[in-house]
Amino acid sequence: MSRSNLALLALLALVATLPLFGGAYALRLGTIACLYAILALSWNVVGGFAGYPSFATAAFFGFGAYAAGVLLGKGLPLWLSVAIAGVAALLVAAVLGAALLRLRGHYFAIASLSLVEVLRELVNNATDLTGGGMGLNIPLASGAGVLAEATFFFYAMWGLLLLTALMVMAVAGSKLGFGLACVRQNETASSMVGLNTTLYKSAAFGLSACFVSAAGGVYAAWVHYIDPSDVFDILYSVKPIVMALMGGLGSPLGVACGAFLYLGLEEVVWRNYVQIHTGVLGLIIVMLLLFLPHGLISLRTGMFWRRPKHV
Amino acid sequence: MHAAQILVNAAVLGCLYACIAIGFSLVWGVLNVINLIHGSFIVLGAYLAFGLYNSLHLSPWYAVVFAAPLFFLLGYLLQRLILNRVISAPVLVTLTLTFGLDLILNNAMIYFFRADYRKLTLTPSLGSVSISDMVVPVDRLIATASALALTGLLYLLLRRSRVGRAIVAVRLDRDAAVLMGVDVKSIYAIAFGLGAALAGCAGVLMALIFPISPLTSSGYLGKAFVVCVLGGLGSVSGALAGGLLLALVESVGSAWFGPSHATTLSFVLLIVFLILRPQGLVGRKGFE
Repeated sequence: MSRSNLALLALLALVATLPLFGGAYALRLGTIACLYAILALSWNVVGGFAGYPSFATAAFFGFGAYAAGVLLGKGLPLWLSVAIAGVAALLVAAVLGAALLRLRGHYFAIASLSLVEVLRELVNNATDLTGGGMGLNIPLASGAGVLAEATFFFYAMWGLLLLTALMVMAVAGSKLGFGLACVRQNETASSMVGLNTTLYKSAAFGLSACFVSAAGGVYAAWVHYIDPSDVFDILYSVKPIVMALMGGLGSPLGVACGAFLYLGLEEVVWRNYVQIHTGVLGLIIVMLLLFLPHGLISLRTGMFWRRPKHV
Repeated sequence: MHAAQILVNAAVLGCLYACIAIGFSLVWGVLNVINLIHGSFIVLGAYLAFGLYNSLHLSPWYAVVFAAPLFFLLGYLLQRLILNRVISAPVLVTLTLTFGLDLILNNAMIYFFRADYRKLTLTPSLGSVSISDMVVPVDRLIATASALALTGLLYLLLRRSRVGRAIVAVRLDRDAAVLMGVDVKSIYAIAFGLGAALAGCAGVLMALIFPISPLTSSGYLGKAFVVCVLGGLGSVSGALAGGLLLALVESVGSAWFGPSHATTLSFVLLIVFLILRPQGLVGRKGFE
């Protein structure tokens, strides 16, 4: 196991100790931090490893939230609903991926963006099952206290994050990860030497959708109420990209750090500038892309204080 | 009778869709940038028309004259100062950048104009014309005619003028255009400015027909996506063909399946087109 993977696991272990220190607010932030890290790490499988500009994260997030929400409403236990949501997303994404991932560049970006719109409209119109635009109420899991529930959902999300991180590490170290790197560098050449690029890309798309969808399921159970414009928000597609760009594309440790850092920024902006917080978010995105396109990883101490050169 | 009315509605709507999409298509085709600010530019144009009508009582078809140069300048500067720095970066970067810019502009509009839905109501109202059984409101007819005129103007500009030929040249082959002495940077900025100007003018026309709110921008953007993919990128005829096809599908679809499914249908059509015919209706293969 490489050093950066160990560092990532250590970071996750550190996050797990959060309930020892904080109250309900810290737990809420911690849960969102885990959620963001899941989204960013998952996106990294398609966007970072395979180099496909996917904007479909929100589609699978909403898919999972609604799948788990409907199942919970039918009385299924939480773990089973979340597992079903994850597996269903894996299959759906793998099949969709086989068709969509034939597109490249701009066309793939547009297609993945439209996937969000299609799913949102479908959920909006399937009023009998999903409640349509009125949203879906999800029954309360237990009568436990506020803090107990907050701790429970924090660990649920954290466990999912751990699974995601292990999946990403496994992919990065396996033949699949190597194949995806080949696809990123030169897809035509890698298919010429006998790599089944469609299979690899579909697998990557499915894996990246699986945990996003499961996280959506936990999110739905956590907030007890979801509606299409909330869970199919394009921001859920863009935020993971910003996090990954912030931390440095491709490296799981960097991406996870980017997610935590992004949450910190978002929280500060949200607390201080409620009315203009999306504008400030936009400003951060623009500044990041213009001045720090390779992420924080590209920052070196030498940039700030240069030692005088020896002549 | 019913079918004829649906066709007329589709034709009117199709021209408006073409006008929404044409600037987006130009920017995508020439700069290779998916310009997510397009929707917010349209809404800003609509606010301009609303403000001019309510303060100076200036009719929207005159407001077009103000909107065009104003938005051209805005787009030109935006491209020169910000977008140009990342123009050769991968699609992920340019797309996310325009998304960030869109967040800023949209938030600014919500902050200054509020998110309420407003409507530009002409007083006195223009009424409607009816031919046999078909009824078309006059303000819609005027908007459609203006949309067609704008589209025609762009076509003439691209065909006849020196700048237009240079824009087409850059779109066809950037490197060859550089070798022929075309200043690609300024052509990029001009093309982006033209795209913004068309968005602003489209917004002015939309103000005549649709309610105005910053929240509508993503709807316009979605239409622009679909029209571009259906018709084919970067050409005027493509935008027209795509706009008419989309409007036809939406009108017929909402008559058959109910209006709530029209949007779903159009996006499904978009994905099918992307997979089966990515060059669009009138585009040429290998030319997307």
